[in-house]
Amino acid sequence: MRQRGRVRVERVSTTRRATIPATRYPVERLTLDNGLRVVLTPDRSAPVIGVAVVYDVGIRSEPEGRTGFAHLFEHLMFQGSENLEKLAHFRHVQGAGGTFNGSTHLDYTDYYETLPGNALERALFLEADRMRGPRLTEENLRNQVDVVKEEIRVNVLNRPYGGFPWLTLPPVLFDTFPNAHDGYGSFADLESATVADAADFFQHYYASGNAVLAVSGDIDVAEAVELVERHFGDVPARPAPVLPRFAEPDLAAERRVSYTDRLAPLPAVASAWRVPDPIGDFAGYLPYAVLAEVLTDGDAARLVERLVQRDRSVTSVGGYLGFMGDPFDVRDPTALLLQAHLPPDGDVDKVLQTMDEELDRLATDGLADGELARTQARMATHLLRDTDAVLGRALRMAVLEQQRGEPGLLNELPRLVGEVTEESVRAAAATLRPQRRATIEVLAGAEQ
Amino acid sequence: MSGATTTASRVLPPLGPTRELKLPKQAERRLGNGLTVIAVRRPAVPLVELRLGMPFGRVHPARAAMLAQTLLSGTTTLTGVQIAAELQKVGGGLSAGVDPDRLMLSGAGLVTGLDRMLELLAGVLTSAAYPADEVATERDRLVDRIQLAQCQPGHLARTALLKRIYGRHPYAVQTPTPDQVRAVRPSVLRKLHDERVHPTDAVLVLVGDVQPERALDAAEQALGGWNGAGQVVGLPATPPLEPGPLLLVDRPGSVQSSLRMALPAVPRTDPDHAALQLANLIFGGYFSSRWVENIREDKGYTYGPHSLVEHSAAGSVLLAAAEVATDVTGAALLETQYELGRLACVAPGAEELEQARQYALGTLQLGISTQAGLAALTSAYAGSGLRLDFLAEHAARLAKATVADVADAATQYLAPARAVTVVLGDAQRVAGQLGTLAEVVTEPAVP
Repeated sequence: MRQRGRVRVERVSTTRRATIPATRYPVERLTLDNGLRVVLTPDRSAPVIGVAVVYDVGIRSEPEGRTGFAHLFEHLMFQGSENLEKLAHFRHVQGAGGTFNGSTHLDYTDYYETLPGNALERALFLEADRMRGPRLTEENLRNQVDVVKEEIRVNVLNRPYGGFPWLTLPPVLFDTFPNAHDGYGSFADLESATVADAADFFQHYYASGNAVLAVSGDIDVAEAVELVERHFGDVPARPAPVLPRFAEPDLAAERRVSYTDRLAPLPAVASAWRVPDPIGDFAGYLPYAVLAEVLTDGDAARLVERLVQRDRSVTSVGGYLGFMGDPFDVRDPTALLLQAHLPPDGDVDKVLQTMDEELDRLATDGLADGELARTQARMATHLLRDTDAVLGRALRMAVLEQQRGEPGLLNELPRLVGEVTEESVRAAAATLRPQRRATIEVLAGAEQ
Repeated sequence: MSGATTTASRVLPPLGPTRELKLPKQAERRLGNGLTVIAVRRPAVPLVELRLGMPFGRVHPARAAMLAQTLLSGTTTLTGVQIAAELQKVGGGLSAGVDPDRLMLSGAGLVTGLDRMLELLAGVLTSAAYPADEVATERDRLVDRIQLAQCQPGHLARTALLKRIYGRHPYAVQTPTPDQVRAVRPSVLRKLHDERVHPTDAVLVLVGDVQPERALDAAEQALGGWNGAGQVVGLPATPPLEPGPLLLVDRPGSVQSSLRMALPAVPRTDPDHAALQLANLIFGGYFSSRWVENIREDKGYTYGPHSLVEHSAAGSVLLAAAEVATDVTGAALLETQYELGRLACVAPGAEELEQARQYALGTLQLGISTQAGLAALTSAYAGSGLRLDFLAEHAARLAKATVADVADAATQYLAPARAVTVVLGDAQRVAGQLGTLAEVVTEPAVP
């Protein structure tokens, strides 16, 4: 089947604006007898495929005393499986001309490959094999603890602003272990992890009923369904565990913490405010996604113009939803973040105060003519650009299926973003009050 | 192990027939003012990618960086904020960057806004104003960014390596000092723009949901009037590598060591290039390489070691990089030298070569399967005077390379005796380890 893959959706509007286009990637959904949910999205514009398996377990589900375990376990899923020796997975994917990786998020863990289209069955075999069971050995565990420690040194300990703000701000905003703890993990917790812990974790969370498989790209749907059945059909059925609730009350008073980063040459600050439930209240949540861009996307955005260009009180400023920058693949509770790097003599109080002023101004006076439309047009470009990569579609659709049962939402996002009203963006801005704010401040500790 | 069933072992399914490498539809036109425009069609999403590369060799790094930082800060008719807002209206955006070879303007937007993006681009190219206020702001921002880079181990290690391998060549220093940046005035930028931001030998690449001829017409309409005057400046060839003592750059308190090695390499068009690429893959150029399997998957010394061939206008070089635990810095160097030496002295296995070959061929297909990937590759090729058709030629060379070809390339380019080695780390803790393997010269980290 050959798909043109998109349609234009005309919009009616009172202001001059670019037409927000949409994609029309087809979506096929099915559930195997063992509970594995499957999403297929064919697109024959290039002879490549994306394969993603997403398990509904992430950083928030790891047990106390086992910080970093979800991520460590992700590494162990690459260490051989029922029919595959250590190193075999890597060699089979790359020897087919493909690339692979995995990543651990707050609410899910993904495993994925991009390959030339002739490797579809191989990729399904590899994913099914580790869904049946990884080879959890003491030797592999110790090896990967060492590797993960080096990963943490590269990304956190040996560089300025390591973990800022994604690891350092959650403990200010949140009180409970699942939401607040360090998802990379302490070295002590990582070192004390055991093979038995890993076996339990797999048994509990890596169940067929707790996973979604998505395949995108140059596939024939009927053939793909048959291959999926062949390789995943006899993965032993295990039900999904009960999805825990991680809800916490909103802040009642402002919180602010600072720390010295001995490698950082300049001060920095990040603030977070809770936002509506991304899944339970999607309509209430979307305006915050637009708000973050109105404030920070590009040189014409409000905070960039004010703080960077006019006041020169910051060197850079950014705003986004979700601690891992994942607006559409995170569950409640989550946040809108604003972060800024300051010049050497920068004044954090003044920066926070100016942000408050700008939020007030937005809430009170509304947006300028065309400001909302141009922000929405730019957001459409970003969203469409991400879906051009075959793997981007598989990953996003897998998570949308897992968290919402709605993989086709990927096609709708540019339009939905384009329908967010000025009124709702103003209302969102009005909720970002100082007393609901959690702030982390980085004090520069590096010698100049 | 858990979750295991007792079924008989399953067999890895074979690959299906290879799907042929198909290049997308493309067109090219050289405008009267010397600008080359290449348009490539990929209609998957209703966007267009834009890359404009201009030769920018031998510009002082401070001036080059400041020009890129302020090129979009305003024209004679629009402020920087207005330019950004006008681009946003059509879902667009532009950013500027420099390296020692090229000034590059990059962006993407809704394809319905192509004409408008090109019009705004033309405005920037023909009448960028470098307003004094904005230049002052951007100067401070650039200084802050340089200070931040100077705290990054990766940046410090690269700076030391470049200085060591390029000596007096213009590539030796690629990041200016804060003081050099502070000295750049708007008048200097305006003069530099007049001299060097011109279409002769510049290449504009447009990729997306647009018929190539229509994209060429749009580019000609918008950019045909861009003035063709200006200088063309060449770069001398890079000097050969001079192996010598290991350079240890002291970064007290570093919890890892940044290991860097430079080895000789050849440009994309060289007859040895395909074999060298395959030899590099087998050594350290992908995850399933000897180096990664050894120092990561076997020994756990590091998270992500990687080697690649870096192509620049004046020469190519093979760079290997790993961040390794301080305590095993010497051991990691030992294994690295061993793996280089093993490949340089002993021919790789046929199966190992086949795996690397499939990876090289497959990732060519993956690389051209998005608009952004096509734009990046087309633009990079154009920078070497090549066109997208070269991809097919390169694929044919990769397909043909024999074990003997790859073994020869490894002997010639990967021999550890030819390597320049730099380690950035806590000298007090690693000098002794490294001294067991090589003569070591230590110097402090100089940003």
